[in-house]
Amino acid sequence: MILLVNVIAGLLFGFGLLLSGMANPAKVLNFLDVAGHWDASLAFVMGGAVLVTAIGYRLVFRRPKPVLDESFRVPTARQIDSQLVLGAAVFGVGWGLVGLCPGPALVSLPLASPAIVVFVPAMLIGVAAAVWLKR
Amino acid sequence: MPVQTEFTPLASAAGGALIGCAAVLLMLMSGRIAGISGILSRLIWPSEGSRPFEAFAFVLGLLLAPAVWIVALGQSVTQVMTDNMPLAAIAGLLVGFGAVYGGGCTSGHGVCGISRWSKRSLVATAVFMATAMLVVFVTRHVLGAGS
Repeated sequence: MILLVNVIAGLLFGFGLLLSGMANPAKVLNFLDVAGHWDASLAFVMGGAVLVTAIGYRLVFRRPKPVLDESFRVPTARQIDSQLVLGAAVFGVGWGLVGLCPGPALVSLPLASPAIVVFVPAMLIGVAAAVWLKR
Repeated sequence: MPVQTEFTPLASAAGGALIGCAAVLLMLMSGRIAGISGILSRLIWPSEGSRPFEAFAFVLGLLLAPAVWIVALGQSVTQVMTDNMPLAAIAGLLVGFGAVYGGGCTSGHGVCGISRWSKRSLVATAVFMATAMLVVFVTRHVLGAGS
């Protein structure tokens, strides 16, 4: 049951990425290009997503626990540390270079463009390296 | 010249709302944050309580999305990607490493974290937006690269 829920959530998430234009790197780069032909669409992706999530989370957190598990697992860290800032900065550089972040990269993988076939394995190596460093 | 794209506020907001629904569904049912980099780290480096099978199921859903899109809507997916392979490799490494080292990416910090009014996520989102915009500014307007 919980596996099915995860597949459905992933599918919905992926469909949302495709519909929003977020899975098109050209659109992402044009959003980031405030000094060029700025495409503000992605602000609407974030706005729509945050609006629904903020309201939905408020309702969900009224429950003592999730439907299929014993407790909510939400990050508890509060401190702004160097890992957070450094990681975000590095992530932003990579995102700005080609316009792909992890969700859209995975959604694009089955479409098998040459760049994505290179990008995703490199991304997985980066993920593994960071997990290893943070252990 | 960079490829021009059309401003699509309606489709983008609707797509964003779907992403939000997925995040709320995951929290309601399994109590987890829908952060892709977090899900990926649970999958490729399983640890106590990381539930790699659930992470795999979520990733499977993401991977099925284009097929469902093409069958349901009868239209292909519009994408313009870089054709610079070394750049794709470097960017992939930076994206994977930075997202996990910084505790989240556009989904974990940018959507889920901001929706919980997490100060850490607000800072992270501001930082990665800023560096990404700076990189695009430099590559397009200083170095003058095509993409």
